Amino acid sequence: MMASSPLDFDKNIRELEAQIERLQGLARDGGLDADSEVGTLESKLKDLKKNAYGSLTPIERVQLARHPNRPFTRDYLERTFTDFMEMHGDRLYRNDESILGGWARLEGRTVMVIGHQRGRDMKENLHRNFGMPHPEGYRKALRLMHQADKFGHPIITLIDTPGAYPGLGAEERGQAEAIARNLREMAALRVPTISVVIGEGGSGGALALGVTDRIIMLENAVYSVITPEGCAAILWKTADAKDKAAEALKLTAPDLKALGVVDDVVPEPTGGAHGDWDGVADALRETLARHVRELEAMDRDDRRRARWRKYEALGEWREPAPA
Amino acid sequence: MAWFRKEKQKLTAADKRELPSDVFEKCPECGEILYRNRLEQNLWVCPACAHHHRIGAEAYVSLLMDEDGFTETDAELRSGDPLKFRDLKPYPERLKSAERKAGRGDAVITGYGPLDGIDVNLAVMDFSFIGGSMGSVVGEKISRAARRALLQEEGLIVVSASGGARMMEGILSLMQMAKTSVALAQLQEARLPYISILTNPTTGGVTASYAMLGDVNLAEPGALIGFAGPRVIEQTIKQELPEGFQRSEFLLEHGMVDAIVDRRAMKSRVAGYLRHMLGLPRSEVAETA
Ligand SMILES: [Zn+2]
Repeated sequence: MMASSPLDFDKNIRELEAQIERLQGLARDGGLDADSEVGTLESKLKDLKKNAYGSLTPIERVQLARHPNRPFTRDYLERTFTDFMEMHGDRLYRNDESILGGWARLEGRTVMVIGHQRGRDMKENLHRNFGMPHPEGYRKALRLMHQADKFGHPIITLIDTPGAYPGLGAEERGQAEAIARNLREMAALRVPTISVVIGEGGSGGALALGVTDRIIMLENAVYSVITPEGCAAILWKTADAKDKAAEALKLTAPDLKALGVVDDVVPEPTGGAHGDWDGVADALRETLARHVRELEAMDRDDRRRARWRKYEALGEWREPAPA
Repeated sequence: MAWFRKEKQKLTAADKRELPSDVFEKCPECGEILYRNRLEQNLWVCPACAHHHRIGAEAYVSLLMDEDGFTETDAELRSGDPLKFRDLKPYPERLKSAERKAGRGDAVITGYGPLDGIDVNLAVMDFSFIGGSMGSVVGEKISRAARRALLQEEGLIVVSASGGARMMEGILSLMQMAKTSVALAQLQEARLPYISILTNPTTGGVTASYAMLGDVNLAEPGALIGFAGPRVIEQTIKQELPEGFQRSEFLLEHGMVDAIVDRRAMKSRVAGYLRHMLGLPRSEVAETA
């Protein structure tokens, strides 16, 4: 699994892991006792991981957020939630496979779960369009949100997309209109709403599931108005500046918490979510359950007003000096 | 007619280089050399081919609003630098040079006043200020215009021209899409009219928020309107885009705008839609055709 890792910064970790595996193999085949050597290497590995993951640069976090072995929406549906019953289609054009949605239970309580779905390999990615929805994906999401609103159940969205798909059909069928409508309609929902950025939160295509009472991020997720690569190409005139762009965009979970955009950050196990799916899924369940409880305890109108106030406060501007 | 045009073209070819650009303008569509004064009087619509040239935000305010009736709001609002953003230049420097160039503090004018005698709130975007990009000030000013509409129980009109998000404000730029949509959700529930006018170009985050959310969406002829920019799409699908793709006429055909309206008729059309929505009698002066 780690051998196919696309990360640059965990190369040493992967080499050491391979070394340990080789040593264990040799010992087994030769009937030798290599326990103490393996022990030394394993504690070295632990330190190495702590160092590498303890001081991740923003671009390394971007790589982690896009990691193909990170848990996706479907994986959380199987772990954080139970009783998932998928629903398909926007009732207008077709079913978009890059967004999953349906009823599920969170600690027994019925909730609507909607999330972007990426693929782990090329075949899956072609099926899921790399987690990049067309308008019909957003319209399916909105249909399910309205259904949850009708029956008074909380809505939880899982955000994990490079962005909305920029293609001919998407433009013809109103990509911009579909996203815009979701933003406005999500603002108006009367049930508790929570969004979680589980991987890459790519611009408007992410926000179209993200106008919610609470915004949560996994520790190594990123959320940005543009990819570091795109930003570098435009402002630095070279994609090579993606490290600088990632730094400047302030797109990591701690950055977004500091900017007042994100309400809560779910810690990931050392080594990232891809190393321990169950662990991070459990942590997410606890966090979600807490927020659902808090939101359900609020008066319905107060809750929605608080949502509006939250968005009204976002941004930084200067008023004129009083005369 | 033919001889007259020919003669004009002759003059053009001879004096093209020397034509002072503050007196003459060449139409990119039909090639006519036009007096700027004449073009301005015609609301920057080419008298020969009706091509809609770019028009300043102030000029748009005066073409829509009744004479001397417009009160500007929040003109002094300025963006902060929430990310301490620095690419090849620090963001505050970009803001300052944009202000010098555009003659205003950010990419939108807001205010209120009568339009054909109907009290409305108006926001007009200015493409000359960092490509009409949406940062905190654009989001805040448009939200305030919408909130004023809500309080006064009046309509809202937004004229868009934007390349999308203000990258230098990062996630806070993205959140302006949500912020303005939150304001529009309240207008929607209060059953107040909102008219969105889309001009060339309107793309990215502005299209994917308030520009597409009008009760009535009106587009100027030939305007580029879309979510993704044409270059991004070409790179994604690895083929050339068809002629007219993402132009106003394409959006009308695909059901995304209610009508394409010549700028010279925009005021009367807007007034006509407003009068229908608000249950007001037909205007004495304005045409609704
Ligand atoms: Zn012309």
